[in-house]
Amino acid sequence: MHFNLPLFPEQASTLAGQVDAFYLFLVLITTFFSLLIALLILFFIIKYRRRPDQEAEQIHGSTLLEIVWTVIPLGITLCIFVWGAVLYYKIENPPTNALEIYGVGKQWMWKFQHPGGQREINTLHVPTGRPVKVTLISQDVIHDFFVPAFRVKQDVLPNRYVYSWFEATTPGSYHLFCSQYCGTNHSAMVGQVIAMKPEDYTEWLASGKAEGSLSSMGEKLFQEFGCTTCHRPDSGARGPNLQGLYGRPVRLTDNRVVVADDNYIRESILNPNAKIVQGFQPIMPTFQGVVSEEGLIQITEYIKHMGLQESEPINNRTTPTQLRDNEVPMIQQELQQGGQPAPSGKKP
Amino acid sequence: MSTSQTTTTDHHPALVHQFDSMEQQKAASTFGMWVFLLTEIMMFGGLFAAYLIYRIKYYPAFVAGSTSISVSWGFANTLVLIASSLTMAMAVWAAQKGKRSYQIWFILGTMILGSVFLGIKAKEYYDKWDECHVPGHVIGKGFNAWGGCSVQNPGLGNIADEIQKHAHDSGTIVPEASAIQTAKQTEIFFSFYFLMTGLHAFHMIIGMGLMTWLLLRARRGEFGPAYYTPVELGGLYWHFVDIVWIYLFPLLYLISRHKGAA
Amino acid sequence: MSTATTAIKPVMPARHYLNDNYGIRSWLLTKDHKRIAVLYLVSITFFFFMGGLFAALIRLELLTPAGDLFTSDTYNKLFSMHGINMVFFFLVPSIPATLGNFVLPIMLGAKDLAFPKINLLSWYIYIFAGFFSLAVMVSGGVDTGWTFYTPLSSGFLRTHVALMAVGIIFAGFSSIFTGLNFIVTVHRMRAPGLTWGRLPLFVWSNYATSLIMVLATPVLAITLILLAMERTFHIGVFDPRYGGDPVLFQHMFWFYSHPAVYIMILPGMGVISELVTCFSRKRVFGYSFVAFSSIAIAVFGFLVWAHHMFVAGISQYSAMVFSLLSMAVAIPSAVKIFNWTATMYKGSISLDTPMLYALGFMGLFTIGGLTGVMLAALGMDVHIHDTYFVIAHFHYVMVGGMVSAYLGGLHFWWPKITGRMYPEAPAKLAAIITFIGFNLTFFPQFILGYLGMPRRYHAYPPEFQVLNVLSSAGASVLAVAFLMPAIYFLWSLKYGPIAGDNPWKATGLEWETSSPPPTHNFHEVPVVTTDPYHYGSDQEVTVVH
Repeated sequence: MHFNLPLFPEQASTLAGQVDAFYLFLVLITTFFSLLIALLILFFIIKYRRRPDQEAEQIHGSTLLEIVWTVIPLGITLCIFVWGAVLYYKIENPPTNALEIYGVGKQWMWKFQHPGGQREINTLHVPTGRPVKVTLISQDVIHDFFVPAFRVKQDVLPNRYVYSWFEATTPGSYHLFCSQYCGTNHSAMVGQVIAMKPEDYTEWLASGKAEGSLSSMGEKLFQEFGCTTCHRPDSGARGPNLQGLYGRPVRLTDNRVVVADDNYIRESILNPNAKIVQGFQPIMPTFQGVVSEEGLIQITEYIKHMGLQESEPINNRTTPTQLRDNEVPMIQQELQQGGQPAPSGKKP
Repeated sequence: MSTSQTTTTDHHPALVHQFDSMEQQKAASTFGMWVFLLTEIMMFGGLFAAYLIYRIKYYPAFVAGSTSISVSWGFANTLVLIASSLTMAMAVWAAQKGKRSYQIWFILGTMILGSVFLGIKAKEYYDKWDECHVPGHVIGKGFNAWGGCSVQNPGLGNIADEIQKHAHDSGTIVPEASAIQTAKQTEIFFSFYFLMTGLHAFHMIIGMGLMTWLLLRARRGEFGPAYYTPVELGGLYWHFVDIVWIYLFPLLYLISRHKGAA
Repeated sequence: MSTATTAIKPVMPARHYLNDNYGIRSWLLTKDHKRIAVLYLVSITFFFFMGGLFAALIRLELLTPAGDLFTSDTYNKLFSMHGINMVFFFLVPSIPATLGNFVLPIMLGAKDLAFPKINLLSWYIYIFAGFFSLAVMVSGGVDTGWTFYTPLSSGFLRTHVALMAVGIIFAGFSSIFTGLNFIVTVHRMRAPGLTWGRLPLFVWSNYATSLIMVLATPVLAITLILLAMERTFHIGVFDPRYGGDPVLFQHMFWFYSHPAVYIMILPGMGVISELVTCFSRKRVFGYSFVAFSSIAIAVFGFLVWAHHMFVAGISQYSAMVFSLLSMAVAIPSAVKIFNWTATMYKGSISLDTPMLYALGFMGLFTIGGLTGVMLAALGMDVHIHDTYFVIAHFHYVMVGGMVSAYLGGLHFWWPKITGRMYPEAPAKLAAIITFIGFNLTFFPQFILGYLGMPRRYHAYPPEFQVLNVLSSAGASVLAVAFLMPAIYFLWSLKYGPIAGDNPWKATGLEWETSSPPPTHNFHEVPVVTTDPYHYGSDQEVTVVH
């Protein structure tokens, strides 16, 4: 669905056409009902204008009509809801094969990091024809990542990763706005998203200066902070082995099972006591205020890559703590039946 | 029927101009009080909801914080408030029956019990102050900036010690760094503790003011079988504030507590 | 009575609430709901023009893409104070505290509200809160936006956020007291024969409003207390640096502030029901449906708050639930619009000024409501959330809807309040200019929003300039339209023709007493024997089932 209409922003992502089609539908409905009411009013004030010889005819109401104009709008709004929800589901859930880019918002700029380690400020280069997932976090207040041409928007929260994704279709330069009010220079927290043909993008990546890929920078930090002292792939380790951890369910001391995603890893670095892996002691100190947001992203990226290198959980210490996906339903069943009341563990 | 006729026509001095009868006035005032209490419920409700959300999020810290406040004083205060509800109910009864001296004595009794409650609360607050558990200022550095607590920060330390001791008693080991981290998070618990009990105490103080006003009017002999609405409404308010405490006490003192802690 | 007024030149009653006694004391210590309504009228008019002044400066800045007229901090303060002023000191109290205060007890056949002292107290709290906030604004203002989102407001801005929060908490108590008074009065003080099924729809809608005021406002109070505490003592409830959750603030804030938009619009809907029936000389079509739709809006209003947070990082499933529930609010609103339109059918319609405002309301509220449905539709909201589309949407509801209804109601009851008519010709002109100016101001903002211009922007990309200039031009027209009533209403106080008891030949108890009414509203307690809006004679009524 690609169409360019006046008074519409450019359509530069796969989602844009779908959003615009929905918008057109909604505008048509709005126009139809607004015109209906306006024309009826106009017609009535002319036809039934006050005349000395004519009295108003008193009508009490009509249950049938009331039902009609309750049910019809109800039906229409339900259709709108379903259409909107389906579209929302698409907008909110990135495809799994997406290129991952990280963004940090701070008063009043956007900082982006590509997986290869290239960094940019207030500009984001992306390839066309490939889904891009931007993992976002704020260093201070709430910001909002808004690219009108892609029809995507996501509030960027402090202390928690959120995601936005798009697949650019047309090369070009598009507005990037912060659309959540964030203080003095809110309106200056703007930038550009530059969509490039894949080959241009590769070229651009190559020309960028990078100190090394994100995961290699993460590895450096991992060594620097001494994480390896405890997080080792051997049985004597004081901390859980992190290889193959990313994206897997983890059982905690209180028997909850959570998935080790970006937010879990981040929380475990900054507030290690919040979720203690079963079989381990809460001995890890906090790294709050020690690692920057960028550093956290790099370490997370490194932990992800540890998983990629070693797809099999290897040591015996992993057995009680890390679970294979097919075990989860069984555990949950066991928890439901067993007397042990597990707190409703929803990851924040 | 005939009695209501007489009260309508003989214009009780307390009947204000916008009402036709004492019955209407009483019904309107009582209903108004109930609507006001609805407002109060929503206000405390917002606070309770926020408290419960953070209790889930920082459960170990809430346990530690809850263990550090004195359940015996809290329990004593609960008894005091329940007793004050009784004297309040008796004051309403005395007003209904037109027994002037009983009214005075029961209202006074309510006020004394209310003061005892506030006194105990003040003692508990003082203890928290003394232990450097008053939240505020920079959380990363622990409880700070009030009185002499800023330098050594014993408040943080004694909660951390308590956490370690308890863990030790139940056979696990919690290292210092971890205990201190949890101890820092108790600041959110104490924020809610002071906000919730503070808001409650504020309502108690307003209640004391109401009681003083009722006492003066009771001394003048204004209340009797035909007119005792103010005492009844004061009672409604007083009971409401008691009920809030009946929820606060378990929420803050009991449910998060270590088993067996003093 | 009405035949007498047409035959003989109407005269002012000898004694009425305005001349019962004189002097500043008799006003400042009054317990008469009518005088308190007048006090409120004067004070909210002041705050309306304050808010309007801020709006004018905002539109002036936005004439050019560069942020050249004010610094960005000043601009941020301007839109924050525009919002705070208009929402908490104009829209929330506007109709209930002025028109409601004046006519609701009279409509019920009561001598006053149930608690006149609390009513006066409510005004004093309002005035205290108003001038307190004004002092805060003068001494530096706030730049949080009216939404006070954390952690920006609690930990980052250096303006007087906590003090402003205190001001708003007080304003909240003033509206709680108004709501409480209305609820009790409606329940306990109806005239003999005035059953619930005979209540004027204005009473129904104010009753629904009062329910929201009483149940939602305390949550705002506690939220702002938490915010102020966090700001002052750094206790960490909403600021993630101290372990808090900023999204919790949004939940708590919108739990009040979404119902609050119904506090603002429901009384306006009540006014429209009065106006459409009177100027069509018709019984209202589907009385019980219109009445219950007010209650339905009040109830649903409590269940939809998170539709302000679809992109704020809430779970997708809760977003879907809230979207579905938000759709439900559209239904009772649609029912009202259809019933008003049907009421005009076969009526005898005269286009007096109040009716012009009512028709403007119906058109603009329809657009405002339907664009609200667009915003509640999940996939759509992602793109238009926090853009000028939202600004346009809520101004269609709040200005196009609420302010139209307020002005319509004010013209309608002006003869009742003052005993004198306003001049019809300039009033009609003002109504038409309002409609034109309003659309010129806010319609371009829908387009701007869809094009992607975010709200609260001090400077913007140059391609948005044309639409912004249109909008600013419209705003200047709107300013003229709003100044006109201020002038001719004042003029009419002295020179307006004497109105008589019932200049519109309307039904309702307020038209059966003199204009202005006596201090205790009625010389004898009225007894109600008919349904509301008994226009025409009883034999004529067609009942369609």
